Formats: sequence, C-alpha cells, structure tokens
Amino acid sequence: MNNMKSVRVSFSFLLALIVLVLSIFIAVSYGAKELTMGTVWDAVFHYDTTVTAHQIVYDIRLPRVLGAVFAGIAFAVAGALMQGVTRNPMADTGILGVNAGAAFVVALCFSFLPQLSYSYLMLFSFVGAAITTLLIVVLASFTPGGLNSLKLTVAGAVIAAMLHSLSTGIALYFGLSQDLAFWYAGGVSGVTWEHLHLLIPIVLIMMIWSITMGRSISFLALGDETATNLGIRTTSVKVMAMIAAVILAGSSVAVAGSISFVGLVVPHIARRWIGVDYRLVIPLSALLGAILLVWADFASRMVSPPQEFAIGAMVALVGVPFFLYLARKEGRGL
Amino acid sequence: MDIQQLNVRKQRRAIWITGLMVAIAIVIVLISLNTGSIRLSPLRVMWTWLGQGSTVENLIMFQYRLPRILITILAGIGLGVAGAVLQGVSRNSLADPGILGINAGAGFGLIIFVSFFRTMEGPIALLIPLFTFGGGVLIALVIFMLSYDRQRGLLPIRLILVGIAVAAGVSAITLLLSLKLDPDTYAFAATWLAGSVWGREWVNVWALLPWIVLFVPWVYLRSRTLDMFVLGDEIAASLGNSTTRSRIVLLLLAVGLASSSVAMVGSIGFIGLIAPHIARQLVGARHQHFVPVAAMIGMIMLLSADTIGRSIFQPNFVPAGVVVALIGGPYFIYILFKKTV
Repeated sequence: MNNMKSVRVSFSFLLALIVLVLSIFIAVSYGAKELTMGTVWDAVFHYDTTVTAHQIVYDIRLPRVLGAVFAGIAFAVAGALMQGVTRNPMADTGILGVNAGAAFVVALCFSFLPQLSYSYLMLFSFVGAAITTLLIVVLASFTPGGLNSLKLTVAGAVIAAMLHSLSTGIALYFGLSQDLAFWYAGGVSGVTWEHLHLLIPIVLIMMIWSITMGRSISFLALGDETATNLGIRTTSVKVMAMIAAVILAGSSVAVAGSISFVGLVVPHIARRWIGVDYRLVIPLSALLGAILLVWADFASRMVSPPQEFAIGAMVALVGVPFFLYLARKEGRGL
Repeated sequence: MDIQQLNVRKQRRAIWITGLMVAIAIVIVLISLNTGSIRLSPLRVMWTWLGQGSTVENLIMFQYRLPRILITILAGIGLGVAGAVLQGVSRNSLADPGILGINAGAGFGLIIFVSFFRTMEGPIALLIPLFTFGGGVLIALVIFMLSYDRQRGLLPIRLILVGIAVAAGVSAITLLLSLKLDPDTYAFAATWLAGSVWGREWVNVWALLPWIVLFVPWVYLRSRTLDMFVLGDEIAASLGNSTTRSRIVLLLLAVGLASSSVAMVGSIGFIGLIAPHIARQLVGARHQHFVPVAAMIGMIMLLSADTIGRSIFQPNFVPAGVVVALIGGPYFIYILFKKTV
C-alpha cells in the first residue's frame, strides 16, 4: 500500500517535471521569431555569441521564461503556505492584498528612487508585502467575534483593489511605463539575467525552507489544538510560514508584477492530486505554478503579436472561474 | 413627543441638510470651474458667464471645462443613488456598483461598443450608455445567479466575494478584447479601469443626461418600496408589494444609473458605497430622506476627486478613481469590521 503510494508520488512529480521542461522548451522556441528545438538546445548548451538565434534565446527568451518559472514557483508556494497556515482555502497572496502591497512600494520606488539598485528594490518589495500582511493579520485578530475566512478574503480583496488603484495612479502620474498593463496585472517581458541572479536563489532557498516546514503545516491544517497536542509550536510555525510567503511574494512581485490567482488555484490542484501532506503539496505546487505561468506568459505574447497581454489578466481568465467555484463551496458553511 | 412631531422634525432636518449639501456642491462647482491648466480668476469666470469673456475664455469655459464638470456632476449623482438602491435592494451595507462588478460589466459593454463602431466620438457616442447598460445588466445577472442560494436567498458576503471575482475576470476579458483592437484602445481600457473622467465633450453630456434625469426621480418615487425591502422580504410582501418585480425594476434602475455614469467617467468604485452611508448617518434610514442627500454627496465626492486629480498634480493628472479609492478603501474596511454582516 505504502509502496503503491510512493510510486504514485514519484510518478506525479516526474510527470509534472517533464511537462515543465517541455513547456519551457516550447515557450523559448516560439515567439516573434520561431526557432527550432535544436537551435534552442544548442543555444543553451553550446552557446555561441556570434549566432543571432543563440542571442535571442539567451538574452530575451530564456530570461523571461525563467522569470515566469520562478515567479510561478514563488506565488504557488506562497499560496500553499498561506492556505495551510490560515486554513483559509481562498488564501492567495494576490487576493489577500500582499502582492498589491509589494507592487505599490515598487511603484513608489520607481518614481521616487529611480536609481535604486535591484537588490534594494527587492528589499523594499518585501517591506511592502510585509506591511500589508501585518495589516491583514491585525485586522483579523482585532475584530470582535473573530473573522471568518470569507470576510477576511473580502477585506484583503478591497485592500488589494485600493493599493492597486494607487499604484496605477502613481504609474500614470510619473509616466512610469508605456505599458500600463504591467502595473495593471504584471508581466515578465522585462526580466533580465540580473533579476534572475537575485530571484532564483531566493525562491529556491525559500522553497526548500517551506518544504522542511511541510510536516508542521500539515498538522496545523488539522487545527491548532490537534497540532499543539502533536507537539507543534503553532505560533512559531505560523510566523515562519508567513515570513516565507511574504519573501516569496515580495521577490516575485519585484520581477513580474502583481499576479493573482496562481497561489489560489495551484495548491488546490496539488492537494487533490497528491493528498494533504504539505511536504509533497509544496514542491508539487511549485512545479504546477511554474507550468501555469510559463503557459500564461506564452499565451499572453501569442494572442496578439507583437503586442503583449498582461500575464496576470491571462491567469485571471483561468483563476476567476475557479475562485467562484470555491466561493460557492465555502459559502455553504456560512 | 409623539411620532407625528418626530417625523416632522426628521423631515425638516432632511430638507435642511439637503439644502446644505446643495450649497457645498455649488461652492465646489465654482472652485472646479476656476481650476485647470489655464487659471481663470473667479471674476473672469463670472464675466465669461455673463457673456463678456474673450474668445479663448469662452472656449475654455464652455467647450472644455463646463462639459467635463457637468459629466462629473451627473455621474456623481448617478453613482451615489445607484449605491443607495443596491444597498437597499440587496440589504447589504457593503454593496457598491464597483465592488459588485457592475462597473466592470459596463467596461465590457464599452469595449463591445468600440469594436462595433470603431470610434467613440461624434453623435454615435449617444449610444454608449446603452451598451454599457447591456454589459452592466449581463454581469449583474451573472453575479446574482452565482450568489443566490436556493434555501437562503442572497448571501451578503458571498455576493461581495462573487462580485469582486467576476469583476477581475470581466476586466481581464475587457483588456484582452481591447488589445485585440489596437494599442490605443488597450491603453484607453487600462486608464478607464483606473477610473479617469474621459468624457469631456457636450455629446457625452447629452448621452448621460437622460439616464440621470429619468432614473433618479424614478428611484425617488420608489423610496417607500426601498424602505420596505430593508425590513425584509416577508414584511415587504405582507405590506402588499410584489417583491420580485419591484426588486428587479429597482435593480435595473441601479444598474442603469451606475453603468451610464461609469461609461463617461471610468470605473469609479466606492462612491456608491460611501455616499449612502454618510447620508444615512446624517438624515436617518428613510430612503425618501437620504437618497437626495446621497446623490449630493456622490456628486461632491466625484467632483472634488476630479478637481483634486487634475489640479494638485499638474502638469500630470491622477484619475479621479484613484483619489476616491484612497478614501474609499479604508472606509470600506471600517464598515466591514464594524458591521456584523
């Protein structure tokens, strides 16, 4: 029985990994200039600076696709952490306003400190994410009579809408970007290797840290009392998981903008597929999140070339129906 | 003091406060007329009004500033009243056309309009509110169907949650459609979603005017029905109202007011939420009293937000929707946590 399960788990991960690698290759190959898989392979493993095709792959396509991969990992893992810790099935860094907080601070930095180096920008992005998280936690804990998950979600969504509106205002006012859509719903077209050198290690470290917390989070999902009885220090696990979620959300917002619904949809699919053990849910969510964003980015540049569509809006087209389904299911208990 | 006296006193208070709001609104209109990229002194404004202005002054006043201000006034009234009706009909103190997704539906209708006619200028602009109304009704239908529970009727929090989600989805579709049209429309759609007063011409005024002039008095005449809805469906029915029919009519009125207004001023949220709340605190919960006050407050809010957005931040502008959100967001959270919804 146990053996069967581990075979199933390994098979699931292998499948997700293969799909991810294939998706990356397809996303890198197709675009304004179509390349063959062979060229892509050569560009990655036998890079030749004199070949234009190799330069396209290496300087333009690969960074943006990897940006999508790691932003997807970050948002999905952050969503899984938040859902596990808050036991709110609708938790998502986008819906709860954490992303919007980070994006707001990034917009402020762009307009008032345009010379800011990239690592500082990311730091400020963490601060923005942390402040909104704190705000939501405070709201949740100081409400008389407690706060049910639906109400918390509504509060988060309105905070997100407000910060979102302010970011758009700042972007318009300072003429920050020709592409308003980035501020509207994110995009990975501007990702460079410089960003990735910072993003990849942060996301990987946070992901591994989250997986090591997986066991405690699985117990937390059973309820605070049960978890305490099982010897889990609930408060410290919650705080650490929140910190990890904030860092993940903050770092990927600084690179890819505020993208909602990834962290909502992906953990649900992962749980349905593989069960409630967060040691497995977190890494599987990471893989699925990466796949989702690679395809969302791919679709957003293929719908109307040469223009780019906002990647977050693309994800919303999938995420909204899913959210409605969840809201309907959750509403039963209201 | 008997009830009769109390009623008279309340009525007097309502009239008095409505008058005060009208006075404030007039002051803000005057300030707004005086502000803009080219400054006109109050004296010059007066002379221009009396027909003594130079050609340039006439142009600025009657072709640029006045239509925009009129649109803002009408839309502010429309949004304030729409919010009051929505809150009454759904018995939900958090209802607002922006939060419920009706604005997003109107935006969808607007993009459909653009893809049909390929332009938003000229006399064809008179038809814009019809399209946004269509979009608004469509989305309102979807939202109410999704949040309706067969046993328990409309669930307030679920209504809000569904509205927020549907708004996100519809906005995404609107952006996608606009991207398919051309880059300018895409930029327009993104700015529209941020809530920027774009209607600046007389044709936009004429497009919006009939909706407000017709629907606001209609709502006012039905204020007794709205009062009964607040008491609950059973009581309303036992007092001899056909609840379903009146509810649908009132909802259509609210959607009509909201979607025709945002057609001209962009997706502006929170006004429909805040204006009725403040009005109710000022003059009490009877619709007959507070709907006119809500209309005035909505107008004052939108006009101030637009004036602030285009004057303080010169030479750039900040959309009125952003200014409103700055106040409206915290207020929403405050209501959410104060009320036991």
